[in-house]
Amino acid sequence: MRLWAALAALAALVCLAAAPDPADELSNPAQEARARAMFEQIRCVVCQNESIDDSEADMARIVRQSIRTQIAAGRSDAQVRGFLVQRYGEFILLRPRFSLANAAAWLVPFVIVGAGGLVILWRARRPPPPPVSPLTAEEEARLAALRDS
Amino acid sequence: MTAELGSFALILALVLSLAQACLSITGRIRGSAALTGAGEGAAAGAFLAVACAFTALMIAFVTSDFSVVNVAENSHTAKPLLYKIAGVWGNHDGSMVLWCLALTGFGAVIALGGDGLPTRLKANAVASQGVLGAMFLAYTVFASNPLLRVLHPPVEGASLNPILQDPFLAIHPPFLYSGYVGMSVVYSLAIAALIEGRIDAAWARWVRPWALASWSLLTIGITLGSFWAYYELGWGGWWAWDPVENASFMPWLAATALLHSAVVTEKRGALSAWTVFLALMAFTFSMLGAFLVRSGVLMSVHAFAVNPQRGMLLLGILGVAAGSGFGLFAWRAPSLPGGGLFAPISRETALVINNLFISAAAVTVLLGTLYPLIREALTSDMASFGGPYYTLTFVPLMAMVLLILPIGPLLAWKRADLYGALQRLWVAALLAMAAGALVLLINQPHKALAAFGVALGAWLIAGTLAELADRAHVGKAGPGEAMRRLGRLPRGAWGMTLAHIGMGVFVMGAAFETAWRVEASKVMGLGDHLTLGVYQLSLDSVGPFEGPNFAAERGMVTVTKDGQTVCVGQPARRFYPVQRQTLSKVAICPPGISDIYIVLGERRDDSGRPTWLVRAYWNRWSRLIFFGPLLMALGGVVSLSDRRLRFGLPQRATKPAVAPEPAE
Repeated sequence: MRLWAALAALAALVCLAAAPDPADELSNPAQEARARAMFEQIRCVVCQNESIDDSEADMARIVRQSIRTQIAAGRSDAQVRGFLVQRYGEFILLRPRFSLANAAAWLVPFVIVGAGGLVILWRARRPPPPPVSPLTAEEEARLAALRDS
Repeated sequence: MTAELGSFALILALVLSLAQACLSITGRIRGSAALTGAGEGAAAGAFLAVACAFTALMIAFVTSDFSVVNVAENSHTAKPLLYKIAGVWGNHDGSMVLWCLALTGFGAVIALGGDGLPTRLKANAVASQGVLGAMFLAYTVFASNPLLRVLHPPVEGASLNPILQDPFLAIHPPFLYSGYVGMSVVYSLAIAALIEGRIDAAWARWVRPWALASWSLLTIGITLGSFWAYYELGWGGWWAWDPVENASFMPWLAATALLHSAVVTEKRGALSAWTVFLALMAFTFSMLGAFLVRSGVLMSVHAFAVNPQRGMLLLGILGVAAGSGFGLFAWRAPSLPGGGLFAPISRETALVINNLFISAAAVTVLLGTLYPLIREALTSDMASFGGPYYTLTFVPLMAMVLLILPIGPLLAWKRADLYGALQRLWVAALLAMAAGALVLLINQPHKALAAFGVALGAWLIAGTLAELADRAHVGKAGPGEAMRRLGRLPRGAWGMTLAHIGMGVFVMGAAFETAWRVEASKVMGLGDHLTLGVYQLSLDSVGPFEGPNFAAERGMVTVTKDGQTVCVGQPARRFYPVQRQTLSKVAICPPGISDIYIVLGERRDDSGRPTWLVRAYWNRWSRLIFFGPLLMALGGVVSLSDRRLRFGLPQRATKPAVAPEPAE
């Protein structure tokens, strides 16, 4: 068990230390910029938790090449993403889709703020409670009577 | 022998913690000072016992006693002394002892130092701390005892993972753990107060120093950890929204919200239920972090001991502690007094909005961390919640908090004049907009959102200074009078000012670095040049270098700007023979507040002459990212030194903000 854990940790470390090879860069700078932007949003699925932009693993290199080839062939970002999801599953997208299955994660933070905001507004609109008026002479007398009894 | 003594001390600590819990509870029920006193003694004893166990483990590491399993697996004779010591907490089992040391240590401090606390509240808190100590010590003794012997001791140890052999990594766990575990005191005080059914301004005042101390320690721990990741992992980034990073960030967010809501409870007696809730939440997040890091349920670059059985046990502890805490809260909270009233425009409202957004941000981090697990369990397909998710959810939420931050301190309690506060901030607003516009115009490519981030940071700094100037009556009174007023400001006010400025510094650095980081990479031979923004890098030489437990190949990279040498970086590739592992050692040259960050890649001989893949980043303003949080932690420490907050001091008589109501 311990050995296995140590091996897993080592495998993870191999994935660290990024090195996108400059030789692979696309000659069209606009396309290269698109590719680089996309690398940051695609997960290296064999690494522990990294984008393919950060990873030295073979898998990351292959996906980088694939993205560059597809972009050079004129495919749109959405098409490239669709291809990757088909191939590797939604897990490969570091930015989860706006889908029903992910709705809770996307919406809950804003729902909390909205609901909290409504509560604050509702409290603010409530008329302030009347100020506590000082006791009348009659009440003072009754209080004194109670205290003494 | 020392290892056995250590094991014995650990078991003794477990028994003493149980005794601490039982004695304190019984003493509280019977109203017996002798029994609660014995409970306090047990708390001190438990701490001493864990300290003995910790020392025994440290001795085993320093003397390289490989008959102890943990030492054999994590140490090596050739390792430098610092890393032998850091090896104690560089692994799962040893770090649990550090955790227990901090836990019992804080318990002992309450037991011995909490003279200002009411007897019954204190007895409850010591008991709660004892229960927590007993649970974590039982876990350590039965499931992860680092002092166990091995039957056939190896001649040499397996050594610590080289990536962990770094001074910053060596010192950051003690800070982080003290921060995590410091929240246990806040938790115990919340439990104690819920049992007594009384949460008032005095309680908030007792909680605040603990929350402040834990928050400051956590801030330092996270910053050191982030700095380590920045320069050790060699990927040029400093925060990856990794589950382990999130695990340390969630308690920090809860503690930040708690610090702000505790002010309202302390000054105005309001929000008491919410403050207690946050106090429980902060330690729950700490325990959740411990579970996430140690169970292996999540994928992380920092994966620690991956062991599902231990994970189940930790989940059990988390369930018991959080379950009983929130159960008690659900039972008692409805009977807590509502507290002071306030108008819609008031400092209270500003702090409520602050808490709303910070809580939503904390939930975002929680969701991003756990949602993949939940989704996998429900639909059996996996989804990733990476950096881009947080950029779209967490960042805008926090931006909203920061936007209103400078206004809050200028608002009066109860009922405030928003227009007047804004009037006092117009100079700051102008400065911030000017800074944003300037940054937008100068930098290519133009990035409006990043410029907004820089403006936001400038707004925090300028707005906080404006508030300070306002307090000192700068402009209204003469300079002498202003200085006198500044000198009379309480330390707490200085602490807040420092922390808010630190936040501004961090935001400026983070926005600028993320948007305008320049990077370049090239396969370089000796004498080749690489252009990095305005800088020229040349690889002058690469030579061998011998370290204490590694062999390295070290390059000399001269950085020049307009023909002038700026600095010489020495990036290296280290080879650790024991683990058969290669590690890049980054070189960082600092021209001012920016870093030039150089990574030496693998040697390639395929082109006839030796070449190396050199990657370089010009991380502009990156120093601010680490300097800002340190300033925040300093603010926490300054605030902690405020006489009014000092723990155990007799309290100046304060008018109770709310009349205590009997608990149902």
